[in-house]
Amino acid sequence: MSAKVNTALPLEYQTLQNQMNILGFWIFLGAEIVLFATLFGVYGVLGTRFADGPILKDLIVMQDVFIQTVLLLVSSFTCGIAIYEMRRNNVKGLMTWLIITLGLGAGFLFMEIREFLHYIHAGATIQTSAAFSSFFALLGTHGLHVTLGICWAVAIMVQIKKRGLTSDTARKVFIIGLYWHFLDVVWIFIYTFVYLKGAVA
Amino acid sequence: MSNIQWNHILVINDPLLLGAFISMVLSAIGAVALVTYLKRWGWLWREWITTVDHKKIGIMYILTAVLMFFRGGIDGLLMKVQTSRPEMEFLNAQHYNEIFTTHGVIMILFVAMPFLIGIMNVIVPLQIGARDVAFPQLNALSFWLFLSGAVLFNISFVVGGSPDAGWTSYFPLAGKEFSPGIGNNYYAVALQIAGIGTLMSGINFIVTVLKMRTKGMTLMRMPMFTWTSFVTSIIIVAAFPIFTVALALMTLDRLYGTHFFTLSGGGMDMLWANLFWLWGHPEVYIVALPAFGIFSEVISTFSRKTLYGYKTMVYSIVTIAGLSMVVWVHHFYTMGSGPAINSFFSITTMLIAVPTGVKIFNWLFTMRKGRIQFTTAMLWALAFVPNFVIGGVTGVMLAMAAADYQYHNTLFLVAHFHYVLIPGVVFAVFAGLYYWWPKMFGHMLNEKLGKWHFWLFVIGFNVTFMPMFFLGLKGAVRRAYTFSMESGFASLFLVSAIGSIILAAGFAVFCYNIYWSARYADRNISHDPWDARTLEWATTNPVQYYNFATLPEVKKLDAFWEMKKNQDSLALHAKELEEIHMPSNSGLPFFMFVVFTIAGFLLVFEWHLAAAIAAIGIVAGLLIRSFDYDQGYHVHVKEVVETERAWRKVEGEVNTHVS
Repeated sequence: MSAKVNTALPLEYQTLQNQMNILGFWIFLGAEIVLFATLFGVYGVLGTRFADGPILKDLIVMQDVFIQTVLLLVSSFTCGIAIYEMRRNNVKGLMTWLIITLGLGAGFLFMEIREFLHYIHAGATIQTSAAFSSFFALLGTHGLHVTLGICWAVAIMVQIKKRGLTSDTARKVFIIGLYWHFLDVVWIFIYTFVYLKGAVA
Repeated sequence: MSNIQWNHILVINDPLLLGAFISMVLSAIGAVALVTYLKRWGWLWREWITTVDHKKIGIMYILTAVLMFFRGGIDGLLMKVQTSRPEMEFLNAQHYNEIFTTHGVIMILFVAMPFLIGIMNVIVPLQIGARDVAFPQLNALSFWLFLSGAVLFNISFVVGGSPDAGWTSYFPLAGKEFSPGIGNNYYAVALQIAGIGTLMSGINFIVTVLKMRTKGMTLMRMPMFTWTSFVTSIIIVAAFPIFTVALALMTLDRLYGTHFFTLSGGGMDMLWANLFWLWGHPEVYIVALPAFGIFSEVISTFSRKTLYGYKTMVYSIVTIAGLSMVVWVHHFYTMGSGPAINSFFSITTMLIAVPTGVKIFNWLFTMRKGRIQFTTAMLWALAFVPNFVIGGVTGVMLAMAAADYQYHNTLFLVAHFHYVLIPGVVFAVFAGLYYWWPKMFGHMLNEKLGKWHFWLFVIGFNVTFMPMFFLGLKGAVRRAYTFSMESGFASLFLVSAIGSIILAAGFAVFCYNIYWSARYADRNISHDPWDARTLEWATTNPVQYYNFATLPEVKKLDAFWEMKKNQDSLALHAKELEEIHMPSNSGLPFFMFVVFTIAGFLLVFEWHLAAAIAAIGIVAGLLIRSFDYDQGYHVHVKEVVETERAWRKVEGEVNTHVS
């Protein structure tokens, strides 16, 4: 509630309301961790139950998955640079690096959708078997998060364009930065426990 | 792929359902007509629908909970009528299935939860000396999403058909193969929407407690109700996402032909049971812990003593919260987990009795040598102790996996969890309402009616559920719609049915008490009618919208009691007053209620395209919120002075006791 401003702190932390929003988002990410952990658990239980359908190992194109991974990891890095530019109060640098981040995110999404279509053409849909149901549920939830993240970031960039870098817009950028890094962390687990494990299984 | 037929949408072929449908429509028309006649639409919109005030949101939660208690109670009574005599033909098997399902879901999710979250909303910010919760508009959204879920779930029985697979909705029964109707779609969609609201409440209260405590209010000086609400919020954040996933997968299975819980395609029905109880067991503690907090406040106030063993209380709550996450398998010992796993979960379950026992003894020692005042609120707390102990001890019996093979799915279990949830939660809610009613409405509930309410309810409760322990031990199974004369169950079932009528009479007295007190109760009461101990009593009744003119400073536990003891007056010094920053009202949460309800309804009926179009409204709402830079407004010092003068003496001192 307090409108008191503490200018000694970084822009996004200067008001109590901003501090609370950021803490609230961290807790929300805690809930997201539980959500993904549950989906990983479901995949852990069902991931090898292919019934009479195709087997994941036969369908994975490791090269494409690797490209996806690189795109997303690099986007996390560029997102970090965007926040760094924000701290330097460089709006142009912030916007440029955000655009690069979202471009990499969009590239990731494109590759992921292509991969899904590849599986579907090979006869492995969400309805084929428990394994693919849990595969698409886990990957789909992650992909949906990336999609929402891109739309959300675009909305925030419009706000920066309109209002410049204020305590409020800086907070929003910082929060979506947290969200973006979180999606990257989830992907590392997907890469390990779905693809690497699936490729050797 | 939708297999819903238009002529099956309204389910009114049964006279009971037709009657319920007509009464629903008539009361809706009546409510609209009344508001129009009184010309109160503008008032309703400005003061309630768009409000972001935590106290009003709390009151709306509580009112919804009272209504839902009525609905869930009617379900309970119908079951009791059906089983009052052998071979009764009052309800058929299908109708009975629907009614025990909705009874369970409504009582847990739309009665216990909103009662407690409502009380948390009203009381927690006041107890920590704050002016609102951390995210007031999100708080309003939480309420409206909860209400959206409640509305969807409650229209199910006349529009499309009720869910009928039990409140646990176990697969494969709850799957499309065995429950092809849309009743169970309501379960999946309505609970999902309400659950999102609850998750956001959890986040909101964690941040509120961590960041908005007033000066000097360290964590270990927080009142016990705030502590329990805080820990409950943490459990909500840790457990509700599991339910979110489980319900989403259920929706996928039912609507889109996936194979998570199905028998075919490699699915595992036991996965549902595990996910459900991974959320469902913590859920029991989500409702029980704040209830324990209420008892702690009430017992301490009316024994006129500081809570005994405050620190061990805090440690026990935290321990209970931790253990609540590792006991879920005890709900299905008989489903083939094997002796090693069953033993592990037996031990963790029995361990919960330790911190709970610590709490019981702390309450008893708080009362020891206290000057106990037998107010209605205190009576509920006193009745809670022995009744809850019966629930707890039978719980330890059920915790023993080997013995559970005998009790599983019998009425013994049903009696056990009613002995836990009714004394543990419902008694607490009543205690809390009698205790905090003046905080919300500026008048007390009538104590004489309160005692009628108390005795009828407690006697009725025991007469209803005590026989069910013995029925269960004799072998009567739960969820069976009838029994034969030869079973020998008839007399105990009849006693139980009579008890339920006494129980219902108790609730009726409570409703009458709300009405009577609203009309006739004395408004000239002090801000501290109970001579209480915590900060919520350091401001007026009902609480003004900004809560505190100046934020109080806390020096010890039982902050308000210390202030009174040290004669730190609550006098107002004009020079200390500052402008107060408050959040603006918003219509957006109500807009989200409308679009979520429409989208949810269309999804229930599997009209996917229409549901997707309605969901655009949800995205629009989120975008509007993102582009909203409303900074709230400031209350001028002059207005604060005028408001404060209304309940204080000229020199700024507060009035002491009137009653």
